[in-house]
Amino acid sequence: MNTCAIRVIYKYEMLRAWDTMLQSFVSPVISTALYFVVFGSAIGSRIESVEGVPYGSFIVPGLMMLVLLTQSIANASFGIYFPKFTGTIYEVMSAPISFFEILVGYVGAAATKSFIIGLIILATAGFFVPLQIAHPVWMMGFLILTCITFSLFGFIIGLWATNFEKLQLIPMLVITPLVFLGGSFYSVNMLPPAWQTATFFNPVVYLISGFRWSFFEVSDVSVGLSLVMVLAFLGICLFIVWRMFKTGYRLKQ
Amino acid sequence: MQPIVSITNLSKTYASGHQALKNLNLDIARGEILALLGPNGAGKTTLISIICGIVNATEGSVTVDGHDIVTDYRITRSMIGLVPQELTLGAFDTVWNTLCFSRGLFGKKPDHAYLEQLLKDLSLWEKKDSELMTLSGGMKRRVLIGKALVHEPAILFLDEPTAGVDVELRKDMWALVRRLRETGVTIILTTHYIDEAEEIADRVGVINNGELLLVDDKHALMHKLGKRQLIVELDQVAESIPDVLLPWALDLSADGLQLSYTYDPHNTHTGINELLQAIGAAGLLLKDIKTTQSTLEEIFVSLVKS
Repeated sequence: MNTCAIRVIYKYEMLRAWDTMLQSFVSPVISTALYFVVFGSAIGSRIESVEGVPYGSFIVPGLMMLVLLTQSIANASFGIYFPKFTGTIYEVMSAPISFFEILVGYVGAAATKSFIIGLIILATAGFFVPLQIAHPVWMMGFLILTCITFSLFGFIIGLWATNFEKLQLIPMLVITPLVFLGGSFYSVNMLPPAWQTATFFNPVVYLISGFRWSFFEVSDVSVGLSLVMVLAFLGICLFIVWRMFKTGYRLKQ
Repeated sequence: MQPIVSITNLSKTYASGHQALKNLNLDIARGEILALLGPNGAGKTTLISIICGIVNATEGSVTVDGHDIVTDYRITRSMIGLVPQELTLGAFDTVWNTLCFSRGLFGKKPDHAYLEQLLKDLSLWEKKDSELMTLSGGMKRRVLIGKALVHEPAILFLDEPTAGVDVELRKDMWALVRRLRETGVTIILTTHYIDEAEEIADRVGVINNGELLLVDDKHALMHKLGKRQLIVELDQVAESIPDVLLPWALDLSADGLQLSYTYDPHNTHTGINELLQAIGAAGLLLKDIKTTQSTLEEIFVSLVKS
């Protein structure tokens, strides 16, 4: 195992986030604060509570997921796409490093950044609304699993993308709508029956539901099912990455 | 002695259908400087990229110091340094950090003394804390060489190392290559500058359309394929070549003041004595006589065109 190589890739990616601190860490905090102002204060004042949880607090897990998913994908996709774009990927490809080690370096750094951002958002939310975390271990488990899974997904997008437009395509056209329609700011039970059925085809629903349960013991689906769905998505991402590496897809001609 | 790089029946066909390499065989000796000559698109970069692990071969095998580049990639890649053709560097990294990054990729921790010496050898020590985007093209090229040497490789691939660099830097580069060879590093460089191969290589290989046309010792190549010409300058204009001189297949220059005779210097009988006597007998007055040797460039052009 070339742990030294994993370390330098990880460190390089983390330093890149540090160098772009405003974009990496401050921007998500400002966005979160704006969400609380709009949803928590303006709209939340008209909704007393959802399933016994004050609306401002109810949206915290969904808001965290929204930022975690977009940040994980953005960090990981850009991390691998940019060296491909500039051509500097040649030195990673010609080094004595396995694909697994490359993956650990890039995805590990992207997941770490997302994890830190998640904690910052949680702390920021604490300034705006009262928070309780009923199951901290489950909360951390879902947080870490989400960071890793969607960083993996971002890594796949970064490998697949051949230009900057493609890099933005899936996050903008697929992920953001799925998160907004996945119960980030509402309970699925608030929807008409037909829409409820349709919503359960959205995989993000299971993610948000499980994460919300770890905070308030309130969920749209059972926590076990949520966990299975997250692990299934993780498995699918790992399989796709494995196939991509095995065939050298968009890395080796 | 076992070759340090051995290439057997290597072929590469890209997804587009373009066949970049066709059943290429080549052994590279330990410690030599091999220049691979060829026009653009000949397959030089593809060959290097396969050996370094950047491109997958379609058929054939490559061993480095007896190890297969696919199954023993950790061993083979740790022995190889690569300087790519393009100036591919991150914009915001410093010279020092980018070298440490490259060394780390090869599983080695930063060695301050070695890195300092390397940067001094490359005349980059003063720039160690500069961001890469602030460096000139020549300096960026030297940084790339530094990155390739940072893990102390036994084999160095230089892909068009002097493309687009000024004369002074080119000579510095040649001097560096010679110094590296003295330390035992095997160097393979691709180039389409014939004088570069002529100046620094021990052996020259010629690639065209994915095929290795030949590979030979530089001097032996010139000896085998190098034609010599006898140039006879005339004192007066000759309207045509006199009939008595026809057996020598001479060329008359457009101004009628120069006769050229191409001969093989390795023949026991070159025919020069008889030619000079025949010129005198034909009544032509000589002004000067000189001989010229084919350059690698002329040899290369004749090989690629044939």
